Amino acid sequence: MSMSMSTSQTRVGRRRTVTAADAAQIAAILLLIAFLLLPIYWMVSTSLKTTNQTFAIPPAFVFKPTLQHYREIFHDGAVPHSLGNSLIVATVATLLAVALGTPAAYALARFDFRGKADLWFWFISNRFLSPIVVAIPYFLLARDLELLDKHLALILVYQTFTMPLVIWLCTDQFRLVPKEVDEAAMVDGANQWQTFLRINLPLAAPGIAVSAILCFLFSWNEFLFAFVLTREATRTAPVEANNFVTDFGIRWGPMMATGTLIVLPVLVFAAFASRHLVRGLTMGAVK
Amino acid sequence: MSSLRGDPTLGVAAAPAARTGSRLAARRRGRLNWTAVSMLAPAVVALLAIGIVPLVRAVNTSFQEFVVSRAQTQGTPYTGFDNYRTVFTDGFFWRSLLRTGQFFLYAVPLQVVLGIAIAALLTSTRWRTLAGLTRILLVVPIATTPTVVGLIGRLVYDQEFGVINWAIGLIGLGPVSWTGNPNVVLFTLALTDTWQWTPFVALVALAGLTAVPQDIVEASRLETSRWWDTFRHVQFPYLLPGLTAILIIRTADILKLFDTVFVLTRGGPGVSSELVSLYVQRVGFRFFNLGVASAQAILLLIVCIVLSRAYIKIFYREIES
Repeated sequence: MSMSMSTSQTRVGRRRTVTAADAAQIAAILLLIAFLLLPIYWMVSTSLKTTNQTFAIPPAFVFKPTLQHYREIFHDGAVPHSLGNSLIVATVATLLAVALGTPAAYALARFDFRGKADLWFWFISNRFLSPIVVAIPYFLLARDLELLDKHLALILVYQTFTMPLVIWLCTDQFRLVPKEVDEAAMVDGANQWQTFLRINLPLAAPGIAVSAILCFLFSWNEFLFAFVLTREATRTAPVEANNFVTDFGIRWGPMMATGTLIVLPVLVFAAFASRHLVRGLTMGAVK
Repeated sequence: MSSLRGDPTLGVAAAPAARTGSRLAARRRGRLNWTAVSMLAPAVVALLAIGIVPLVRAVNTSFQEFVVSRAQTQGTPYTGFDNYRTVFTDGFFWRSLLRTGQFFLYAVPLQVVLGIAIAALLTSTRWRTLAGLTRILLVVPIATTPTVVGLIGRLVYDQEFGVINWAIGLIGLGPVSWTGNPNVVLFTLALTDTWQWTPFVALVALAGLTAVPQDIVEASRLETSRWWDTFRHVQFPYLLPGLTAILIIRTADILKLFDTVFVLTRGGPGVSSELVSLYVQRVGFRFFNLGVASAQAILLLIVCIVLSRAYIKIFYREIES
């Protein structure tokens, strides 16, 4: 009796404040969305402004957009070239990580053997390795092997973070495939590799796709290794973008146009993988 | 299994699965499984080549006198622990570490508080569609190329025409020299980092809050009218594993942090925003003193290893069988 009374009192109390609380919540959420998107909006809008409008005080919020900066960077050629480099490096690095990582993930999900835990932890601990620690030996090794300013150098180096990611996310995915499926296939005469390639790989495809998206994203965004290991020929887009910052002033319009071209395409990808981004960033500790 | 220790629901779900796995595997144990070897070998060999070989090389270099400009004429003789002695007495190195710690203290508590607040807002609101949309938009800062974040920073923090100084001017503040004042610049970087990484905290906290059984929350609301009590005693325990993960990962990521800061300030003015990875980069690739830079890198590596061991110990206990 007293219980139900207190319930109804709470309900009534809450309903009375509903409109004010709701308005506050909507305001807070809209504020949050503004916080998340304004920097991106400002970059994109600056890329569409004339140089005079960029320097306007108060800032120009309403203006006639111009594509002159995009025309300029495409005419100049360095930025599209670097975007091409980024695309090559990120795509091949992702494919290689998936090709090498998925069999390993499958083995970790299906087999037990001595040292498995250590192997596993070693894969994961790559997440914590600071790039600057290995940047110097990578530079020396690439110089000795004549891989400086070659796509291959970056593709290999990017495996330090892409492959562990694939292995982690896909091990989880293969564990979800029931063992009975494997056993049925083997009864039908398939060996373990065939079972993996023909049965498990297609079943785990969604998880593999997610890990591939994250690999691509992290490779696309990487800066330090590319900064150290590339020159004119294979310079990736983030390094090219950094070159806009000079001591003699900054060409804001082309720089923001470049930023827009780097960021907007991958944001689409990221939205697709949004539910799994946290799992990737925490190596699965948080789902 | 990857379940969080201390998370009641996930832990229970994980245990039987792990047991079935080991039973099946027991049948295969005892003999060398060539299928497993052929599946693991490419990944292991590749990671050894690109992960371990460079580390060995770095250790090796750290014991050499290796200045690129002099290497041709004078070679790179081994000098024992000389480089480490140099690092230990190098005030710039320790101040850069201290600065990195300071940056952490500016950025991470703010991100944790804001992140939890965002998660609480998005789980409690009745406007589900709006909350769902916001949840997707949370990945925008995380996915934005850090280099480009630095470039946007240069644009919006600009002292003369930057939109932030204009905005705070509207309420009678400023103008602030965001990246030109040695006393302000670390705060500016922390603010930038907060834009990029608060959503990460929020998403982790969201995962925690969503795992709280709704009836327990309802029941506690009947017990107490104070919002804080429900949060502290019912919801917070579910947030704790995620927050631990965040503290370790953010520590590692701030030690790694290079691109955003490099693009935004180049470590300046002077060295006032030179975090540790920028300093190592400067010694290695601008002074080209690879010996000393490698010694610094090895010390940093030890910190990274400690962090990863701690992380693994806390979060992956179940599979350690």
